This record gives sequence, structure tokens and C-alpha cells, in this order.
Amino acid sequence: MSTFYRGTIESILSSCITVWGGSCTDYNRKALQRIVNHSCERCKSSSSQFVQPPAIWEELLQEPQWPRYHSAPPDSKNENCGIRAEFIGQVSGFPGLACGGGVNESEDKTSSFVLHRLLSRGLSVVAMSQSGEKGKVRPAELMEEYSAAPPSQFTEAAGYVGFANLPNQVHRKSVKKGFEFTLMVVGESGLGKSTLINSLFLTDLYPERYIPGAAEKIERTVQIEASTVEIEERGVKLRLTVVDTPGYGDAINSQDCFKTIIQYIDNQFERYLHDESGLNRRHIVDNRVHCCFYFISPFGHGLKPLDVEFMKAIHSKVNIVPVIAKADTLTLKERDRLKRRILDEISEHGIRIYQLPDADSDEDEEFKEQTRVLKASIPFAVIGSNQLIEVKGKKIRGRLYPWGVVEVENPEHNDFLKLRTMLVTHMQDLQEVTQDLHYENFRSERLKRAGRAVEEEGMDKDQILLEKEAELRRMQQMIAQMQAQMKMKPGDD
Amino acid sequence: MRRQKYMTDAVPPEVRPKPAVPAKPPHVAPPPIPSHPAPTLSGASVRGSGGSTLLGYIGIDTIIEQMRKKTMKTGFDFNIMVVGQSGLGKSTLVNTLFKSQVSRKNSDWGREEKIPKTVEIKSVSHVIEEGGVKMKLTITDTPGFGDQINNDNCWEPISKFVNEQYEKYLKEEVNIARKKRIPDTRVHCCLYFIAPTGHSLRPLDIEFMKHLSRSVNLIPVIAKSDTLTPEEKSEFKQRVRKELEVCGIEVYPQKEFDDDIEDKSDNDKIREVMPFAVVGSDKEYQVNSKRVLGRKTAWGIVEVENLNHCEFSLLRDFIIRSHLQDLKEVTHNIHYETYRAKRLNDNGGLHPISTAADTQESNL
Repeated sequence: MSTFYRGTIESILSSCITVWGGSCTDYNRKALQRIVNHSCERCKSSSSQFVQPPAIWEELLQEPQWPRYHSAPPDSKNENCGIRAEFIGQVSGFPGLACGGGVNESEDKTSSFVLHRLLSRGLSVVAMSQSGEKGKVRPAELMEEYSAAPPSQFTEAAGYVGFANLPNQVHRKSVKKGFEFTLMVVGESGLGKSTLINSLFLTDLYPERYIPGAAEKIERTVQIEASTVEIEERGVKLRLTVVDTPGYGDAINSQDCFKTIIQYIDNQFERYLHDESGLNRRHIVDNRVHCCFYFISPFGHGLKPLDVEFMKAIHSKVNIVPVIAKADTLTLKERDRLKRRILDEISEHGIRIYQLPDADSDEDEEFKEQTRVLKASIPFAVIGSNQLIEVKGKKIRGRLYPWGVVEVENPEHNDFLKLRTMLVTHMQDLQEVTQDLHYENFRSERLKRAGRAVEEEGMDKDQILLEKEAELRRMQQMIAQMQAQMKMKPGDD
Repeated sequence: MRRQKYMTDAVPPEVRPKPAVPAKPPHVAPPPIPSHPAPTLSGASVRGSGGSTLLGYIGIDTIIEQMRKKTMKTGFDFNIMVVGQSGLGKSTLVNTLFKSQVSRKNSDWGREEKIPKTVEIKSVSHVIEEGGVKMKLTITDTPGFGDQINNDNCWEPISKFVNEQYEKYLKEEVNIARKKRIPDTRVHCCLYFIAPTGHSLRPLDIEFMKHLSRSVNLIPVIAKSDTLTPEEKSEFKQRVRKELEVCGIEVYPQKEFDDDIEDKSDNDKIREVMPFAVVGSDKEYQVNSKRVLGRKTAWGIVEVENLNHCEFSLLRDFIIRSHLQDLKEVTHNIHYETYRAKRLNDNGGLHPISTAADTQESNL
């Protein structure tokens, strides 16, 4: 059981446990629950070096909702079981999975297939069986057996070729390669952008921050600051670049403040285009901006003219996710009113913000519901904070006011969790849309422009000739007129 | 500059309330025997010695009572201007200050109106009464300030408006046949709303305050301050105060106009708390079996009049309960006089620029 303990503790430490009980009995379930409880208590009491959202622990210590799947003949339910488990893992945002399955002989094929799929995706799998009953199969052996088993083991099933494992291989390769993501944050100064980024990624991206006074701001123009940080979680590497835009909207005359930003975005596209058309295309570094969080001030009555102009200028270049900053200024009614107002103004001005893709029809009801909830909450009203405050004996992140405590991760207080979920589950989609839509638009524009430039040179010559001729004719007319006038004058005299 | 104190009294039939400017209430308790008679109405300052001692009670101190009665009968007017970006809660704050729906929002403006393209000046007047004292309150709003992309010179319409009011008063004063009571539309107090970013003032704030602190009493206020935790609040205030000092902006109460030690100490106390961090609300909620004005959120109720939550009560006491008269006096004696001196110097004479209306009147 040491593997099991290790797996459980690892999952707890990465703050995720999702359990899929495929044909497990009550006994299995209770045993697993007991083990998880013990591990939780141990982890809690032993160290508090890591900041973990205790909300998940509390959930575990109560009765979690364990989806139950009744036993089914191996052939029909293989795919579904595996896919469901995967989605539960993905949807919770963290690819760690503890799977408890009672492995008795009749379910052997199902469970083993599922286990194999999960293992091959790099998810940590914990298998549990009815120890002692039907005696022989024990978890440690199971794990070893199935992690070592090649896919060919399953060719015994009639008509099964095996290319269904292709996605697994792709997945494994990309996990090894790591992901890159560039996030741009734009908004007036003092809206809490840096605090929000720090809260989202649980890091401190701006250790020595110098906030300039107003007199200095008068002279400043918009700058672009990019900071990169490498985050690793469960074997998945993410190279996250956050592009900050200090000075945006500060000046009295903000006419030029988005030129710098647009230039930066175009430069990244240009560089990628150049690399893509180059000879050595192995290691193209993707610095294109995949997503832009646009911070809207909660103090106004909707979008300001500056917001509208800026979003109109970049909605064809980057995915815009509008975010209402410092949402603890607003009561619930004010928040709803503001959201509605902003959505109305966005559609009124024809601004295209990033649309979450609808959940496919064959996906989990839970996932569909989650997508619906996310879509309904745009723009997200968020609060950021990295200060730990003690509330009812628990340490949570929040802001302490004389009249109450605002919790960052409480979905009733703000949409921070929704924003994080959206970002994490749709990172891939954001990159895809950037690649397929915005980059392709840019590329076609660029190449068209380059083509037109060559044509225009030829055309120019003809045009110049025509113009010169027209000028000559005009001059001749003028001279004729002057001559006529001169002739008349001596006549008058 | 010595402050001159005097009274205007006559009432033109149409305009009922008047700007009576009585003497500052003296800081003394009326003693039985005043030790020297007040030569001017600069208050019976009994502290001083010298002068003849009276042998009995005359009743000079009843003049205070007479003035009070007169003020109550005639009422007085007060003009306040609110400036700030849209959505900072200006109208709500004014409603909260005067505990009635006096702002522009309720007379002709809906919440869904669009931001105007240039700065507009809109005034709304109401007469409110309390304890037998009538006040004609005029609130001037400036929608469109600071909301555009290009906010260059957006303070100019406001500066022009303030000067226009001085000009109007000057014209009336210079007339040969003066009205008994000149209607006072000069702006007595300008509340400037600072956005609670928590960082520092913005360049627009500095520019506006530089241009207007010399011609009107400017009181900066931190709007929607329920965004800031107490530590952030005090840090922000310190930074704002430092920046105002560095840029040489004198907000009301100006240090140079403090009369005596008591004034100075009172005002110093106020200056330490300025700018006031306020929250406005016109909705009432039940808190501990009391009805209080506040904002209800999922994590608690922000009480507007609770000193631990925000400084609204301090602002209200400051403007209305203790310095209302002083605001009017400083406007009249200092800002208006400065404007007048500049105008007369520029013209080199007593005659103001004649407009059509002027020539008509002087021809009468």
C-alpha cells in the first residue's frame, strides 16, 4: 500500500484529488476515504510551508460525490470510462487522479484498460482493490503490471487495432516538450493588475516594485515589461510570460498610449512569421500574445471611451478577456448592472471578445454546466490578494476590512475561481485561436501588403508619367491664358 | 490680508434667501460685564483688557441674538461644486451630505446617460430648511470631466465658470444703482473626487488642482473608499498629502488664512486627516437594531456614519457644521477680492467690460 499512500499524499500536495470509483463497492470507498482522511490530517499537522486551498481538504473530509459506474461489459464502456476519468481530471484543473476500482475478475478488462489509459497520460493513478477478497490481485502488483503492459496486450479483443492510443502518444510528447503561454495585462494603474497576477499564479512576479508619483507620471509614456516564469506542476512544464503595460491611461492625453501596445503585438507576430518562413524551424519560440486581460475600472458606469477605443484596436489581433477589477467596491446588484452594461456596450460597438467554446455534446453534464456558468459570468469581477487572513481558524487569502473579510477564493464574493478555471482549462484553446485566427489574419495581411508593394512600384511609374503629362497640359493652358490677357491689355490702353 | 467683516441686508422682492454675512461668532462665553465695548462688530472679545469698564449690564451681547434672528428670517445660500470622473459617486455623496435628493441625478438625469463629449456645467438649486433656518443650496456638477481619451485642458470650462460667477458679482457691485442684496452665485466650495487607486494622484488631478486651488476653495476627497483597507488608506493619504505639498497646491483650509492660534490648531487637526476618505449611500439597512445608511455586500455592511469605516461624518461636520460660514467668507474676502483686484488692474479703471446688458443699465 505504500504506492497508494505515496500517490494519495502526492495528490493532496498538488491540491487535487478526484476520485473515480469504477465498480467499487462501499467497502472500498470507505477504506479509501479513511486513508485520505488520515493523510489529510497528517499533512495538515506536519507542515504549513505550502499554501494550499483548504477548501478542497474540507470537501474531502466530508463525503465527496463519487460518481459510480455500474459494471458493464468491457467492450462498450471502455472508452467512456477512460474519457470520463480524464475529463474529471482536466476539469478540476489539475491532472492528478486517484482512482479506486475494485478489481475483481469480471471487471478485469475494464479497470485495467482504464488504468492503462490514465497511466499513459502521465496522470498519477492509485489503484485500490478489495484486498483479501478474491485474494490474488493486490494494488502494487496491479500498478506494476499495468504500467509495464504494452498496448499490444489488448489486441486480444476482437477487431481492436490499437491506433486509439495515438492521442496518448501525442499527449506524452507534448507534456515532455512543455507549454508556452503569454499573457498580457492592460489597464490603468492602480487597478490591481499585479496583485491579480500574483494571486492567480501564486508567485511574486514583481518583487521590487516602484510606484511613481503623479509628477513623474506626467512625463512617462507607455512601456512594455515582460517577465517570464517557469511553473511546473505534475510533470507538466509551463513557461508563462506576463506582459505588463505600465503607464497605460495615466497621461492626461491618452491618445497615443495604445500605439506602443499594438506595435508590440505586431512585432511578436512579425517575429514568428519570420521564424516560420526561415530555414531552421525546429526551435521556434512562440512569444505571441495568446491572451489579453483587459482591466475595467469598477468605478465608472460602464466602459470609458479609452476602453472602447483600445478594445476596438486590438480585438482583431489578440484574444480579449475583459475583467472587472477591484470588485469588492461593488454590491451584488451593482455588479450585475455593471456586467450587463459592459456587455451591452461591447456588442453596441462591435467589439469581439474571446468567446468560450461551447462544450461538445458528448461531454459530461457537469462540464457542460461549468462551461455555461463560465460563459454567463463574463466579464469576470475579480479581487486579488496574497495576504493570508485568519477566518474561523482557517488561513485564507483575502482582504481585511473593518466591516468584514473578502475572501478571494469564495465564489460568492467574486469570480476569481472562475477566471482561474477558465484560464487553465482553455489555455490550449486560447493558443489555438491565436494561431488559427489572429496570426493567420496578420500573416495574410502582411503578405498581401508585401505583394501590393511590389505591384505599386510598377504602377507608380505609369502614374508618374500620366501626372507629368497632365501638368504639362495645365502649364500650357496657363501660358495661353496669360498671353491672351497680355494681348487684351495693350488693347485697352 | 485683514479680513473685513460687514453685513448686507436689503432684500430684492423676487429673491428671498440672502447671503447675510454676519460677524464670526466670538469664541467667548458672554460675561455679565463686558470690559470694553466692541468698536466694530468684530465680536465682543472680552479677553482683552483696556478700555472703559462698564458699571452694569447694557445688553450689547444681545446683538448676537438679533443677528441670529435676522439670519433665520432671511436664510442664506451656499454653492457647492463637485468635480471628478464619472462613476466616482459624486451625486450620491451630495445626497448623503444633505440627507435629501438634491443632486442632478434625481432631477433630470437617468443613470443610463452617456458620457458627454465635452465638459458640461450643470447646476441644480434647492431650498432646504432645518430648525427654522432656510438654505438655498446650489449644486454644480461637471459631467464629462476627465472621461475622454484626450483630457487636455478639461479644467478650462470649469475655471471659466468660476470666473464668470465672480464677474457677475463684480458687475452687480460696480453698478450705480445696486441691488439691496446681490445674488451670490459664486462657488463657495469645490469638492474634488480622487479615484481610490491606492497608488498616488494622477497627472490630471494635479493639473486641475494647480489651476483651481487659487480661485476657489478646494477640498479633495477620496471617493468610494470602501475599496481600501485601513493600511492602504493611510498610505494613500500620506502619499497624496506629500504630492500636494511638493506641487505647492493649497487646499482648503489654507494655512495662510488661519486667524489665531485656536483656528490654527483646529485646522491643523483637520489637515492631518485630509483628504477625507468617504463612502456615500442613500440606502438604509438594519445593523444591531439601528437603521443606518450603508452599503450591503456579501461580506458585511459598510456604515456611512461609522468613523471606523469611513470619514464621511468628519467631512459633513467639517463642511456643514463648523466651516460653512468660513467657506463663504474666504470665498468673498479672499478669492473674490483677488479676482476683483486682478480685473481692475487689468482694466486700469473702475469700469468693467461693457456688454449689452451693462450699457442698458448704465443708461437708466
